[in-house]
Formats: sequence, C-alpha cells, structure tokens
Amino acid sequence: MTSLNRKLLRDLWRLRAQVVAVAQVVAVALVIASGSALLIMALSTIEALEETTAAYYERYRFAEVFATVKRAPRSRARAIAAIPEVRVVETRIVERATLNLPGFREPVTGQLVSLPEHGPSPLNALAVRSGRLAEPGRPDEVVLSEPFAEAHDLKPGDSFAAVLRGRKRTLQVVGTALSPEFVYAIPPGGLMPDDKRFGVLWMGREALAAAFDLEESFNSVTLGLLRGGNADEVVRRLDILLTSYGGTGAYVRADQISNWFLQNEITQLKNMSHLLPAIFLAVAAFLTNMVMARIVATERREIGLLKAFGYGDWAIGWHYAKMVLVIGTIGVLLGAGLGAWLGHWNTELYADFYRFPFLLYRPGPTSFAIAAVSSLAVALIGSMAAVRRAARLPPAEAMQPPAPPAYGRTRFSDGAFARALDEPSRMIYRRLLRWPVRALLASAGLAMSVAVLVLSLQWLDAIEDLVDSFYVRAQHQDASVAFNEVQPLAAVESFKRLPGVLAAEPYRQVAARFASGHLTHRQGIIGIPAGAALSPVHDVERGRIEMPEGGLLLSRKLAEMLRVGIGDSVLVEVLEGRRPKVRLPVVRIFETYIGTPAYMEMTALNRLMRDGRVVSGLHIAVDRASRAALLAALKGIPAVSTILFRRAAIDTFYETMGQTMLVFVGFFVAFAATLSLGVTYNSIRIALSERARELATLRVLGFSRWEISYILLGEIGLLTWLAIPLGCLAGYGLAWHMSNAFETELFRVPLVVLDATYGKAALIALTVTVACAIFARRRLDRLDLVAVLKTRE
Amino acid sequence: MGAVEVPALRGVDVDFYEGELVVLLGPSGSGKSTLLNILGGLDVPTSGHVLFRERDLTAAGERGLDLYRRQHVGFVFQFYNLIPSLTARENVALVTEISRNPMPPEAALELVGLSTRLDHFPSQLSGGEQQRVAIARAIAKQPELLLCDEPTGALDRETGILVLDALLRANQQLGTTTALITHNAVIAEIAHRVLFFADGRIVETRSNETRRRPEQLVW
Repeated sequence: MTSLNRKLLRDLWRLRAQVVAVAQVVAVALVIASGSALLIMALSTIEALEETTAAYYERYRFAEVFATVKRAPRSRARAIAAIPEVRVVETRIVERATLNLPGFREPVTGQLVSLPEHGPSPLNALAVRSGRLAEPGRPDEVVLSEPFAEAHDLKPGDSFAAVLRGRKRTLQVVGTALSPEFVYAIPPGGLMPDDKRFGVLWMGREALAAAFDLEESFNSVTLGLLRGGNADEVVRRLDILLTSYGGTGAYVRADQISNWFLQNEITQLKNMSHLLPAIFLAVAAFLTNMVMARIVATERREIGLLKAFGYGDWAIGWHYAKMVLVIGTIGVLLGAGLGAWLGHWNTELYADFYRFPFLLYRPGPTSFAIAAVSSLAVALIGSMAAVRRAARLPPAEAMQPPAPPAYGRTRFSDGAFARALDEPSRMIYRRLLRWPVRALLASAGLAMSVAVLVLSLQWLDAIEDLVDSFYVRAQHQDASVAFNEVQPLAAVESFKRLPGVLAAEPYRQVAARFASGHLTHRQGIIGIPAGAALSPVHDVERGRIEMPEGGLLLSRKLAEMLRVGIGDSVLVEVLEGRRPKVRLPVVRIFETYIGTPAYMEMTALNRLMRDGRVVSGLHIAVDRASRAALLAALKGIPAVSTILFRRAAIDTFYETMGQTMLVFVGFFVAFAATLSLGVTYNSIRIALSERARELATLRVLGFSRWEISYILLGEIGLLTWLAIPLGCLAGYGLAWHMSNAFETELFRVPLVVLDATYGKAALIALTVTVACAIFARRRLDRLDLVAVLKTRE
Repeated sequence: MGAVEVPALRGVDVDFYEGELVVLLGPSGSGKSTLLNILGGLDVPTSGHVLFRERDLTAAGERGLDLYRRQHVGFVFQFYNLIPSLTARENVALVTEISRNPMPPEAALELVGLSTRLDHFPSQLSGGEQQRVAIARAIAKQPELLLCDEPTGALDRETGILVLDALLRANQQLGTTTALITHNAVIAEIAHRVLFFADGRIVETRSNETRRRPEQLVW
C-alpha cells in the first residue's frame, strides 16, 4: 500500500473517531443515499411492474384484441380465425348480474365471464388461487376473483344468491382466481377497484348461455395474434365481421381497461422517476463541494508537505478524489440497500391495487448501476473545484497559513444598510456578501428541501381537491344505476316511485370513436338532459356548464388529443345500434380531472341513434332514512346491472389511496428532512470550523455564549429564512411540473397548494435548522478559549 | 501508562497594582500563560484564589467571568485575532458596543496612531497595524486590566516598537494595569516590575529602577 493510500485510510479512520466530522460525511452520504435510493426505488419499481406484467400476460395468455357484440353465432369464430395474423380466437359470454351477498346490504355487481366447457382457456387463462375451476354440467359452480372473495370472506364451499337476468340463483363458490384481464378490476363507470361492490365471477359457458339465452352464441370475443401481427388491421377486419351482430367496436390491448390503467400508472412512474433524484443529487454535489473544500483547507499544510516530498498534482488530486469516492460509495451502498427495500415495498403496494398472481421483484443491475454511476459522478463533479485546488496548491504557499479572508469596501458591504447594523449583525451580513455564491447555494439547497416538502405535502391537497371537484362539486346524486340494456325513458318514472328516491335523472351512454384528421380516439358519449342537476357537465373552474341543444361538449384533454377547438367539427362513429357516422360541431370545451369524457344533450343523442327515447341508466337522489328499503328493492330489479354509490366511491378512494398516500408523503418528508439536515448541518459545521477562532476571540473579549451563537447561527438562520419563500416558490414550480408530468388520459392532478402546506413545509425545515443549531450550540460551549491566544490559525 | 498530572502553576502569590506595567518572562511551559489566563478569567485555578478588587474570581462562575472580561479586562493576542469582516473602526466598536464606559473607537485608534486607517479591513493592514488595532480594541473599553500575550512575537523590531509604544501610552494615559508576556528579555526594560517564571513558580521578581522607552530597546 502506498503511503498516500495509508494516509487516506488513516484520515478516514481519524474522521471516524471525530464524531462531528463523521456526522458531516454521513450527512453528505445520506443525501447521496437519498438520491440514489429514490432513483433505485423508482427504476426498480418500474422494472418490476413491467417485468411482472409482461410475464403475467405471457404466461396466462392475455389476449391482444377484444370485441363485444350483442349476440353472434359461435360459427362466426371460424371466420374470425381466418383473419390474417390471428393466431387464436376465444368466443365467450360476458354478462352482469346483481349479487346478494350475506351480511352486505348494498347490491353488488358481478361481472360474469364464461369458462370454456373443456380444457383450459386458450386466452386470458385464470391463475387459480384456491379450490378449482367450475366443472362442466354444474351450472351453479362459480369461481370468484380473489380480491372480491377476500373482501367478502368467501371461500370454496360457500354460496350466495344472485339474480341472473331476473332469475334468482344460488351460486356455489368452488375456487378463487386472478386473471390478466382484471389486474385492475373496476366496475363500469368506476375509477378504483371496489372489491366490496364489484367482483368478477367465472362460470361454465353452458350455465351462462342458458341463463342469458345465448346458446350457441357469444357476446364477447378475444384474439391472440401472431408475433408481429398488425393489431389495428385485425381490429378493422374484425369490426367488419361483427358489425351486423351489434359489435361495439373492437379494440386493442392498449385500450383494454385494466391494462390501460396499469400502463398509465407505469407511464406516471416513469415521468416522475427522474425529478426527485435529480434534486437530491444536485444538492449532494453542492454538499460534497462544501465538505471537500473545508477538508482541503484544513489539510493545507499536509498537502504542502506531501508536495515538498515530491508527490505530483495528479497524485494529490487522485488522493482527494478517492476520498470523495469513498463518501460517495458509502452513500450509494446505503442508497442501494434502502432503494431496493423501498422498491420492493413500493412494488408490493402496487400489487395491492393491481392484482398479480406473482410478483417479480428482481431488480437487475441496471438501476443500481445507473444510480451508482450518477451518484458518484455527481459527487466527483461537485468536489472537482476543491480537489483541483488541492492539486494545484504550490507547496511553498501551502506550508504557509492561508491569508486572512480579504474583505473590501463595496457599495453593499458599507452601504446605509450595513451601517445601520450592530457589529455582530454586520459580521453576518459581510460574510454573506464575501461568499455570495456559497450562501446562495446553501440557501438554494435548503430551498430545495422546502420545495420537496411542499411537493410531497401538496399531494394530499391535490388529491383532496381532485376528489372534492370530481365527487362533490361535480356530482350531486347519491347513486347511479346502470341498466343491462337501454330502457324507455318512461322507466325513469317507475324508479322515482321506489322507496326513498327523491329525484331521478336519466342519462344515455353510447360507445363511439372520434376522429379528426388522422387522429382517432375511442370514447363513449354521455347524453344528459338539458338542465341536468344531479350529474351535470362540470368544469373544474367554471362549475356547472349549461347543456346546449346540439353539438358536442368535449373535455379539454380529449379536445387536445383530437387537436380540435370550439367551432371545429369532429367525425363521430357510433359503435352500437345503427352505428351512425356523423360530423358534429364542438360547442364547448370543459376541464375535468378524470378521464376524457364527451357529452351531448340526451335528446340530441337519442335522435342521432334513431332508437327512440331511451336511457342507459339514471342518477338518483336518495332519502337517507329509506336507504335500506331502496337497496332491497334495487336488488330485485332485473334491468339493473350496476349501482354505484357516490359516498362509497369517495370512501373507497380514500381507503385505497389515503393510507398509501400518507406513507408515501411520510417517506418523502423524511427524505426532504435529510436534505435539509445535510445542508444545514454542513453549513453550520463548516462555519463553525472556519470561525472557531473568531468566535473564541469574541468569547475572550467578553461576549457571552448566546452572543456568539447569534453570530454563528444568525447566518444559517438568515439563509433559512431566505430559503423558505424561495423553497415555497420552487415547491409550487415542482408541483406545477409534476401536475403536467402526471397528465395522462386517465387523470390530471390539480395544481393546488394550500397555505397550510407551505406552513407545514416551513415548520419542518425550521425544526431541522433548530435541531442542528442546538447541536452546534453544544459545540460552542466547548470552544477552547485559551488556544486562540497562542496559536496561529 | 496513565495520565501524569503536571501542575502549570504552584504556589504563586502575586499582587498587581493599579497603573502598573508588569512583564512576565520565562521559558515555554513555565506557567506565565496560565497565570495570564487565570488573571483574564479564561481559566480558574484548581486550588487557591484570585481576587480582583476584593472580588473572588474563582467563585464567579461562567457568566460572572464573561462579565468580568467584558467590563474589566482587555486582551491583546500574539496573532491579533481581528475579525476579518469588520474594518479597524468596527473591530473596536465591537467591544465598545458591549462595554459600560468606552471611549469612542476613533479615540482609541488615535491613541495607537491609526487615525488615518479607520476604515481599512484587516487584510488591508500590515501586521503592526493589525496589532495596534487589536490594542485599540483592548483599551477602548478603558479596562482596569490589560493582558498581552506575546504582542510583538510575530513582528519585526521596528513594528514591535510601535506596538509597545501604543501599549505604554495606554498604560500611562488611562492608568491601566498591564501584564505583558514575552520571550524577549529586552522588552522587560520598559516594565515597572518583571516576574521571572520557571517550572510553574515565580522564581524572581525585579523592579526596574529606571525604565527605558521602547525606541531605546535593541533586539
């Protein structure tokens, strides 16, 4: 081992003995660790989700093209299979039923999916979690989706009642399973899985065909394609084949609802994976620079000595670079451990939302390598100036004590403001002016920690606002009822007569495809009556929007996707009924946080559909007192396929999101506090080591501990005060950036930062500063007053 | 091997009189700095008593010693210890702001012959000038006791004489009791009294019949 390396080891070992210096190195290492942990967490979560999804889809043969029809003869399967590039066809029956579960008063919507009579499903195979699949010839056997079974504590052997097309049946649970089709299982019209009120059930095909009068027919078809097959072309051909059977338009895997949610989530994760690590690593660069500059300054004489012995610039530079690498490596190792753990935890959290039968958390070397390389590079770049200064120090100069910092008279240092201060405050002020870049960077570092705090805490504000806007300000119904098939408008009147129904408002919904130029988007049209009060079109800023008689109301995101504005026209291809294809003008554009909805006035929509005055469902206001009676009545109405309760939706939202959000926010707050700690602690420590002599002198001259504490801590205090408004501003900027980065078809995060959030962020930052100040204050009590009388710096 | 207790001072019994200039001479480690620290309230003896005008400093406590230093003692260090971010005038004002009966900083700087360098920062002053600012800072509060630890140790003869001159002037004009540590035996000739230290004891005390002026000293 060379002498220099031995010195390096001993220096590090000596640093270890000096708790304070260690704390300083640890503070830098922690910031680096936080940065790399965040990066590893994000990258490995993305990797795990993508890998798990791909493996799940592959192993369980998730279909690539999907289509729904009203009823088509099974013989059409052969024609479908003849479409070039189609590898496998599975026709099936998918229906909905109202379930009556023991001990649960509300009606539950079940999505029934048929299983082939013989052999395994060629597509969308089930991952059986317990029990077995339904056997042919046993029409009452049913397999439940695992989350649904868990929510109701149902196990193989249990049974419950269901209403299948008006006929009451008792279904026997024989097994539980998961399916690649329902990784994210949401009720139609819902946003989040609500396993209490919505579940997927698989039954034998014959049983379902008998119950829904679909013998020798199918109403759903899924396709597997040859590798590299052109899905869009297959969709086009499939649509031609199925049009006459009431096809509502085939769609590719990307538009399949469960997969769409999952991919949206992964996109969002990718969007936000870089921002926070970048912030942490930038601050880490600054901290490394600060600490190394100080180490080089205190080791001046040793550097001079080594150079006098004949060590070259490179040897000295490399020596200090290695010190940086050691600190960086400690950070990376800590970060790797923490990141892997967080990544695993995070992936498991996702697995609660997105149900996979297995979880592949096998972070490859890539995410670790990216984190390690970027962290070490950042630390080296940050310390480059200090290392270069060490390398370039001429030996003769290095052996001399450094010249006292030169202060000069400038307009600022000696202006009216400076003269108005007392001497201790003037010392603080002039020091800031003497090293403005350092002060600015320290303040910026603190500001970034405040910004990260604001960003993390505002998530709760944004989610609150999102829920408030979507579920409270926009919707006023207590429940929404959807029918199996369209019902005459007159049905609304009969619902109004149900117990406890205070008001009922119909809506119609049709599947459609929008096109503008070469841009197309599959999007249903919701028809609501003019003057709708329970569930009107709602703009997040302007509130309720009056429904014009003709034309389309598009959500802003949809208008953007189609690149149309008010006054432009859009080609609308309805995918059901008589499948009209018309050009409709865009008459209003409104902003909503969720989805990309499009609205029309209901009468106009019915006119367009040419199938009379019909409705797809209705929104109802319910008298709380008669709720139980109403629920009982609804369970017995065969036309009803789903019932969504607004309150339940809000509760589910908070139940599923709330806890996760809190834990996440907690983590980010801890990371931000680390950032704040790293900057504050190092700033104070370095100020203390630079000024120990000055402060001891002041003590000798009769200044009390409090007075010198003011001089030392006043500076960091001032920087913190500067950092808070700066950080709040930066936090707002980050929140703005995030809300843009988060904008997907699925949802937009509103940009909302409550005053209290700024307050909380400031309070946390101040607490960290105060804690560091208390620590430094204890050091001040141990200043060696006698030493300053004798020694040169 | 355990720690060995080495007393820095043993059995020292000495009085300092008002307006007196005392030089403390002796080799390194002989105890003169320890005595100065104790006189200045920076240190307390493990046994024995230190009285300042009948007040026992050994029982003063930390806050009491802070106040004692603030109100009664001026320090001049070997390496000046000026605050680099403050000008000459401001360095002096630093002390006058917290004392009860200070002279104006300008007057203190005039006393040490620096009335033309009031607004210079330490980095813009020579070593001798910096030390004279330090003396001005020490005397500006009109202390009863001025303690100087090797005030000329880092200076050449010419500059050293300017500094000694300033110290002497403060001693004469303000009647400040001055204790001055030096390795330089020649400087002892400006004192009223010289204390010789060895092994933590005062081994000899000499009163100068005739004192020399600083400019008469040769080293």
